[in-house]
Amino acid sequence: MSEKKFVIMQGDEACAMGALVAGCRFFAGYPITPATDIAEVMSRELPKVGGTFIQMEDELGSAAAIIGASLAGVKSMTATSGPGFSLMQEAFGYASMTETPTVFVDVQRGSPSTGLPTKPAQGDIMQARWGTHGDHAVIALYPSSVEEVYRYIVTAFNFAELYRTPVVFLMDETLGHMRESFYLPSPMEFDIVERIQTNELKNETVYQPFLEDSELYDDIQPLVSMGKSRFHVSGLFHDESGFPVGESEIASQLMKHFINKIKLHLDDILIYDTYMMEDAEYVIIAYGITARSAYRAMKLARANGIKVGLFKPITIWPFPSVPLKKILNKVSGIVVAEMNMGQFSHEVSRINKRQVPMQTVLREDGQLISPFDIVNALTNLLGESED
Amino acid sequence: MNRSEAQEYLRNTHMPTVWCPGCGNGIVLKATIEAIKNLKYNKDDIAVVSGIGCSSRATGYLDFNTMHTLHGRAIAFATGVKLARPDLNVIVMTGDGDAMAIGGNHFIHACRRNMDLTVIIFNNNIYGMTGGQYSPLTPTGSYATTSPYGDIETPFDTVELAKTSGATYIARATTYHYNLLVKYIQKGLAHRGMSVIEAVSQCPTYYGRYNKVDSGPGMLQYFKDNSVLLSQAKKMKKEELEGKIIIGEFVEIEKPGYVDEYEKIRQRAEATNSAK
Ligand SMILES: Cc1ncc(C[n+]2csc(CCOP(=O)(O)OP(=O)(O)O)c2C)c(N)n1
Repeated sequence: MSEKKFVIMQGDEACAMGALVAGCRFFAGYPITPATDIAEVMSRELPKVGGTFIQMEDELGSAAAIIGASLAGVKSMTATSGPGFSLMQEAFGYASMTETPTVFVDVQRGSPSTGLPTKPAQGDIMQARWGTHGDHAVIALYPSSVEEVYRYIVTAFNFAELYRTPVVFLMDETLGHMRESFYLPSPMEFDIVERIQTNELKNETVYQPFLEDSELYDDIQPLVSMGKSRFHVSGLFHDESGFPVGESEIASQLMKHFINKIKLHLDDILIYDTYMMEDAEYVIIAYGITARSAYRAMKLARANGIKVGLFKPITIWPFPSVPLKKILNKVSGIVVAEMNMGQFSHEVSRINKRQVPMQTVLREDGQLISPFDIVNALTNLLGESED
Repeated sequence: MNRSEAQEYLRNTHMPTVWCPGCGNGIVLKATIEAIKNLKYNKDDIAVVSGIGCSSRATGYLDFNTMHTLHGRAIAFATGVKLARPDLNVIVMTGDGDAMAIGGNHFIHACRRNMDLTVIIFNNNIYGMTGGQYSPLTPTGSYATTSPYGDIETPFDTVELAKTSGATYIARATTYHYNLLVKYIQKGLAHRGMSVIEAVSQCPTYYGRYNKVDSGPGMLQYFKDNSVLLSQAKKMKKEELEGKIIIGEFVEIEKPGYVDEYEKIRQRAEATNSAK
């Protein structure tokens, strides 16, 4: 038995190395801080495992190329930051519409526009959900440590394959650039979802790539690689064969399918961690790098006798309503901390039907949120509930 | 090639096409099929990628692995397909607006990389799908819905652009010159590297109507009367070539391309990896 390897790795590097474990064999990208290192590692590592790297002329092309490669049968990823993520939005919608498994990594920087290229932010939470036009299916994951980056990028690829959807993998400048040590999980630890081959499709004479409710495969038809079965793919509303149709009835059915294929699998898709919630009277909600400060804040507050817990969503989209509602029903105060002007906390307040008192710690000036800011918010909350 | 032979390569249940009577897109589509048939390619081994536009609807009618993608991005999607699956023959079908305006950047960079694609540009000198606006290939002075006073811009010369950018097979023909079109597409498909075939085509509905050559056959006649073979053109003066469509094969060279060069990198990297 081989010994577990203790490594020190940068977040961006962990993202690339984890993607390789997940079976990613194609990467197209365009350099942008703080995501460039992902492309650099991919350019070095992909040819070693028979994969392909290309530096495209822009992010429009990068997004298009990974969708093309995925439809051709190869697991694919791109990585960028805010400005590039904005450019990728049209293609992102195409991946949603064509149900093409793809992973879009967005290492967030201070924004909007060119913003603060070398400083962290969490300003793309809503863009991850609604960046492209129209209603569409999406899953967004956001880890909070380098080890989690390594582990959850594999989950991102698995979700992309299972639910035939683009997956946004959110990081932030700090997570991307910082180095942390951890025991490298063995590849054997991961279950990898592989692309299905045509000859595994039983009872079907003609493969219908967009067939819904197939009894054989739950409600999502697996994607078959190009060259194994000839079919058409279009960004127009289409029937089960992929051919464009204009009937409202079919459009409405397809839209329902996009929504349901995520909704019916929330149990599997919603990943989150809770800390010290058993006896908690208060909850801190934080994700990504901010969850690290929140954890420390929780410890500091506990040391002062405040019964507080932490809810850390890894799955940002779909929004973790079900587990959060359970928590909101139990606590008498909420603190949401995030490096933006209230994108996730807005969603929290939407499900806060009992109007549990809530404090937010918000900043998007390139500075991390400190544990003390969160403790202060908690103290304010305590003052409020004592009034 | 007779009708039933062509039908072997078509998704016949999806006929008729969305194209107007007199449109040239069907001619280019048929020429592409004939080229493929002549080469005896297996249908499973062909991927055809198009952008958005009337011409880009061609992929829906072809019984290959087909992708109807985004406006301007067909070449970038096709780059992904080709790099993921070098065993496939990858064809791009694109309009003049799709390839030269919104997709211009991908076009020049695919030429520069000598990407192993066969790009067929359906040049009808206008934006058909959106109802007749001028394109980067609209001849100066022509009328369109957005150039009601005549187009004041200078069009690209696709051949020159492809040549300077690094494409290694470049040809142009018109829908009148069907046999040439078949020949060029066929050579483009067999060529290793970036092949660009400009198929000058007619849009009687918009370009023709606004510019007073308003039937399909009338426009074909115009192509017949105004096309000059490259060999001929070389002997003619600049003034004599004014307004003429020069047809022929402009570039045919061997040069390393991304697909083959990357395979070498892969072999090197895999060797050093396994040596460890
Ligand atoms: C991003 C984007 N911008 C604009 C459009 C609208 N649009 C659709 S087709 C088209 C132009 C088509 O012209 P061309 O590429 O020459 O093809 P044709 O229809 O003439 O065959 C435009 C502007 C679009 N679909 N997407």
